[in-house]
Amino acid sequence: MATLDASKSKYSNNEKMFLEGNEALAYGAINAGLNAFFGYPITPSSEVLETLAKEFGNPLYPNFKVFLQASSELEAANMLLGAAATGALAMTATSSPGFSLMQETISYAAGMEIPFVVADANRAGPGLGSLGPEQGDMWKASKGGGHGDYRCIVLSAHTVAELAQTPFLAFRLAFKYRNPVIILYDSYLAKLKEGIDLPTVEDLMVDRSWTVGQQNEGSRQILNSLNLEPDVHEDHEAHLQEKFRAMLEHEQRAEEYLTDDAEVILVAYGILARLAKKVVNKARGEGLKAGLLRPIILWPPPMTLLEKYVDRETPLLVVELNAGQLYEDVKQAASRRVDVGFVGHLGGSVPNIGTVESKMRRLVYGRTGG
Amino acid sequence: MHYCPGCEHGLLTRLVASALDSLKLRKQAVMIDSVGCSVLAYKYLNIDHIQAPHGRAPAVMTGVKRFRPDLLVFSVQGDGDALAIGLAELIHAASRGESITTFVVNNAVYGMTGGQMAPTTLLGQVTKTTPAGRQAAIQGRPIDGAKLVASIDGASYVRRASLVPKPITSSDEPMFKQQEVEDAKQVIENAFKVQLMGGFSYVEFISTCWVNWKMSIKQAKIFASTQLVKQFPLGTYKDVFGVEDK
Ligand SMILES: Cc1ncc(C[n+]2csc(CCOP(=O)(O)OP(=O)(O)O)c2C)c(N)n1
Ligand code: SF4
Repeated sequence: MATLDASKSKYSNNEKMFLEGNEALAYGAINAGLNAFFGYPITPSSEVLETLAKEFGNPLYPNFKVFLQASSELEAANMLLGAAATGALAMTATSSPGFSLMQETISYAAGMEIPFVVADANRAGPGLGSLGPEQGDMWKASKGGGHGDYRCIVLSAHTVAELAQTPFLAFRLAFKYRNPVIILYDSYLAKLKEGIDLPTVEDLMVDRSWTVGQQNEGSRQILNSLNLEPDVHEDHEAHLQEKFRAMLEHEQRAEEYLTDDAEVILVAYGILARLAKKVVNKARGEGLKAGLLRPIILWPPPMTLLEKYVDRETPLLVVELNAGQLYEDVKQAASRRVDVGFVGHLGGSVPNIGTVESKMRRLVYGRTGG
Repeated sequence: MHYCPGCEHGLLTRLVASALDSLKLRKQAVMIDSVGCSVLAYKYLNIDHIQAPHGRAPAVMTGVKRFRPDLLVFSVQGDGDALAIGLAELIHAASRGESITTFVVNNAVYGMTGGQMAPTTLLGQVTKTTPAGRQAAIQGRPIDGAKLVASIDGASYVRRASLVPKPITSSDEPMFKQQEVEDAKQVIENAFKVQLMGGFSYVEFISTCWVNWKMSIKQAKIFASTQLVKQFPLGTYKDVFGVEDK
């Protein structure tokens, strides 16, 4: 296994690279065609910024035209807005407190239909919280986060290799819907090192017909945010909602792991999906047919698949690093027709396997059984 | 126009348009619309526009210009937009020497939101949030944007001009000297030229907001051209390229 040799990354895909999640995200972004990156240091995502600082100017990456460290996440997000408005594949990476600061701009971008990508390495909150992993930003990412009623597609990953692939999908979806896309990962995956093959990607073809700065004689592009005429704004919001409905319909994506014959299905994403897979494998070794439904896209949530298992009357156990956020979506899908259990762990670490196992067994066998 | 009659926002829009045409820059110009009374500028200036959140125009301009150095990028910011909520973005854009241009309308109040105190509000000035007049001990002293930006190494052109002609007499029917307004157009052209040379340009314009000052248009013009300019002296604060000598 080669150590990190970034200069080879794009063209030596048969060579495994040993990367931490942040580095994989950075190279994944470059390989997806990243044009512009703006960021502000924060643990545990600073290595994305640092890796891209190092690669900026590398002749292997001619598309990577702009790299800038901003004076705050407010500034970074608004630099992103400007570059993206002129058609750049633009991205930033931050962690929870910084993600909070970016929300106003994400709202403007959703309203003006400007596509860009924000990666959030979720650390434990509220406040400065702890540097360990949490999934407390799940609602913030998937239910808008800033002001107004809007949605962003939210991608997750459970391995370093998968994280490296998220930027390509993120840019594709951002431009497809002209809307910001969030990559929600966590402190654990940010620092986890794994040997991966960097994804090779085809050139991303995106529609830039709406961007400013085209310098066409006689036509001009206006990305405005204020509509003082109520009916104009009503139409605009109706148009946005139509896009969010289209995302809900077309962009659900989840991995079904041993779910076909499952007597109980765990629902977990990100770093916890790894733990859930262990629980599932162990349970199967002990005669309990467990399975895992792992949302790859967190918003829109995998409602169609959830409903399928609810129709089969399979009990569901949601495992999250928060007090129950995806849990709400799962309960909605279940609409009281199946039992939905929940393990929520807060504080910057992951729950131990035993806790998840005992909750799962209780769900299947009842309080005294198993 | 949605500007109040007699407001210099409207005048500035026309001067910017005419400077863009004199320099034949209309095609490559992108205006970043700030949050304040200039927010609807896209309705009047027939060029490309992007809306920035309140105070963040210099950051949005940076994003545009870094990715598209071939474009001419500028904004018209209010004094609250530039010197209160957006001060960090302004100073850091200046410090990086971004080749962008920002025009700041200094009318000593928040116009769009109805006349609250701005960082530029004069001591003693009554606003909706300083009903007893601004007091140094409580609200601090006015911020001099031009002086501040000129102190930043990366800034190339810093100028304070006036859009409010000086009264020639102080009688009941004052006459107004047009020269300052004509100078203002030259200053705008200078600011664009500095951007084309790769520099950061900041131009602040002394203006009025008679509606929120609770004055007549005439009283407001006299107040601005006699009182505001005392706190905010007109002149060239910095001209690294010597654009005014050319
Ligand atoms: C984040 C945020 N805070 C507050 C406002 C409300 N707001 C709109 S314009 C404005 C200030 C306008 O004053 P100024 O910048 O001086 O510009 P002027 O209207 O005087 O030209 C404020 C506070 C806003 N739109 N966004
Ligand atoms: S509120 Fe004041 S600054 Fe705004 S347009 Fe009216 S006079 Fe001009």
